[in-house]
Amino acid sequence: MYEDIIALLKENVIQGRGVSNDEGIDEDMMGKPGVVELTQLALESNIPLQVIIKQGLTDGMQVVGDRFASKEYFIPDMLASAEAVSKAMDILRPHLEKAGVASNGKFVIATVKGDLHDIGKNIVAILLRGAGYEVHDLGIDVPTKKIVQLVREWKPDFLGLSALLTTTMVIMGEIIEALKENGLRDKVKVLVGGAAVSEEFAQEIGADAYCMDGFHALEVLEKFRGGA
Amino acid sequence: MPREGILVQSPYERMTKEQVEQIHRASMQILNDPGVISFNREAAEAFHSNGAEVTPVSDADKLCWGIKIPQELVLRAIESAPKIVKLGARNKDNSLILNGEEPRVFFASGSETNFWLDVVFETYTKKSTPSIETQVLEFYPRRGTTFDLCQAAHLCEHLKSLDAFIRSVNIQDKDITEDNKDVNKFFASLNNTTKHVMAGLTTLKQLDNVVRMAEIVIGEGEQLRDNPIISFITCLVKSPLQFVDDTTQTLIEISRRGLPVVVAVSPQGGTTAPIKESGIVAQINAEILAGITLTQLVNKGTPVLYGSVPVRARMDNLYDSYAAPESSQYNIDCVQMARFYKLPCYSTAGVCDAKIPGIQSSIERLFSDIMVTLSGPQYLHCAYGLLDNNATFCPLQAVLDDAHFQMIKFFLKPPQINEQEIPNTLKQIREVMGTSQKLYIRYIRRMLHGGQLSAPYPFESDGLEDNVLALAHKRTQELLSLPVEHIDPATTSRVFTDIPGILPRLNIYEGRA
Repeated sequence: MYEDIIALLKENVIQGRGVSNDEGIDEDMMGKPGVVELTQLALESNIPLQVIIKQGLTDGMQVVGDRFASKEYFIPDMLASAEAVSKAMDILRPHLEKAGVASNGKFVIATVKGDLHDIGKNIVAILLRGAGYEVHDLGIDVPTKKIVQLVREWKPDFLGLSALLTTTMVIMGEIIEALKENGLRDKVKVLVGGAAVSEEFAQEIGADAYCMDGFHALEVLEKFRGGA
Repeated sequence: MPREGILVQSPYERMTKEQVEQIHRASMQILNDPGVISFNREAAEAFHSNGAEVTPVSDADKLCWGIKIPQELVLRAIESAPKIVKLGARNKDNSLILNGEEPRVFFASGSETNFWLDVVFETYTKKSTPSIETQVLEFYPRRGTTFDLCQAAHLCEHLKSLDAFIRSVNIQDKDITEDNKDVNKFFASLNNTTKHVMAGLTTLKQLDNVVRMAEIVIGEGEQLRDNPIISFITCLVKSPLQFVDDTTQTLIEISRRGLPVVVAVSPQGGTTAPIKESGIVAQINAEILAGITLTQLVNKGTPVLYGSVPVRARMDNLYDSYAAPESSQYNIDCVQMARFYKLPCYSTAGVCDAKIPGIQSSIERLFSDIMVTLSGPQYLHCAYGLLDNNATFCPLQAVLDDAHFQMIKFFLKPPQINEQEIPNTLKQIREVMGTSQKLYIRYIRRMLHGGQLSAPYPFESDGLEDNVLALAHKRTQELLSLPVEHIDPATTSRVFTDIPGILPRLNIYEGRA
């Protein structure tokens, strides 16, 4: 029973099925329990948290990652699985907190003032949640003041800034300056990304890292965490 | 189940209905005045005995006859020619049903190139930075051989978009003679592909040996008629409006045997036909109809394809210019004429002027590949691998062409808009609008994994380099390493026993335990 639930949980992560009415990839999955229902069932069955996370969610994501690397899976598959894991983590978080287990880190993400583009930013947010980060998504066209305020109050480990346009990417530099003025720059790692942004630009404005895409962002975060 | 091809829902047509009728009337007038000149006696007699006005032409170098073909004779032939022609295959799942009333396109290779283009990687060192080496593809043409033809058939067997094999390479081995060429070209092709095989005959003397070979492979008499694994291309017309003696006789004999045959005509706009669209189309239509009429006079019901290969002349050297947009215009008009007569159409696309694979060849061939396919011919000789105006075959180019045609076939899938789809779409839009991210990505996956989305271009590179040719070359090698279902040992043995002239080295079982 114990093993069955975990095996099903892992399989549903691989299928990218968050809830029972998600269709997944294989035929006849519709209506069967998804990651959310199986996570709840696992908790009710008193399966240890670390087993749910390691053998169900993480091992499932490992398979998804391997399939992505071998081009059997594509970005929509990664996102579906990450989203499903993110939903599971929302259910597990109170239990983890009660057990004194920390998340991988707190992450604020925003598209800067004047820019309304958010597809890339949303994808990054999904991947981060799926990878066990606590994400606060401020949305689009976010004023610098609001970002600084959240960094001060929520105390995130990471700040991700997105901009598509060359005219709005300069705001990223202004945000970094504002963090400095408020004595917050050394409290948070700033990651920047978006179509117009480059490695050179990131260095120029004093960001901690440039992220080419969501997957690159995960690699960068892993390095930060390893070095922390 | 026969192959599906691709059904063109709304074929592209250049001519109005009135213009089609004008061309038809002009062709009928051409067949009556000036009529055709026949260098073949039997054809002249066949037309004469069926009411055509036939007169010896006295001032010609060779004995020939002027034939004025009355309209009713042509219309009767169009009526009796089958509207549906089946092209069989060793593997019955590879057979083709060509329906003159349905614009379902099947893609075939072709034609008969004298040269095979070898592809070699050479390594060069960058002069300014000697530590940097780069690989460059170089091309070396050489005369085609039977081995090359085997390789071409083998490759075409594995090209997904390709429906039928028109022998691609003219075999010119030292031990190939006029008398053994046909049996070797048909055996090399048949033994290396389970798709339909079409070719022209070098000599009429070998027709019965070739037919006998097909009978040994698939069965005698009616079995071969039911599953004609081979068919023939005959170029009986030398434009303008002349029946050549030997190829006309070949057409007559094939018609007698009731096997599928293409009446293929290839006038050149500007030299052997008027360059204006109205002129070349009226003439080629008359020439093809004259040939089709002959098939029906010889043997009513002969399965025949309306074979149009019109081309414009290049102005710098008067070579054929298949890449000229006018060539596609002519071809598309001919497809429309064949549809007017409800006859299955053999058309032409993809031949290019470029001599090697690359940007020029891709642009030239894709232009006609797309345009002519859209016009909906039933059997499209689309020049897989052909370069330099049909002079050269390059397997790497054939692999590139396959990728192009897979894209074209995908594009031509009918739109899925119906009463089931619309409510599903509305539901999806409403669901997504209720989420914070407002992305449709989660709805892609079933389509993605069900093969309903087109694949990315298979030869793209990750960085700033263009590796299309290198990747296509690699793919060519992979395809050639895949096995082919050859003719079985017992049948092969019978073929080699009964059919004289096949080169022993083509017997893949020879010397095996």
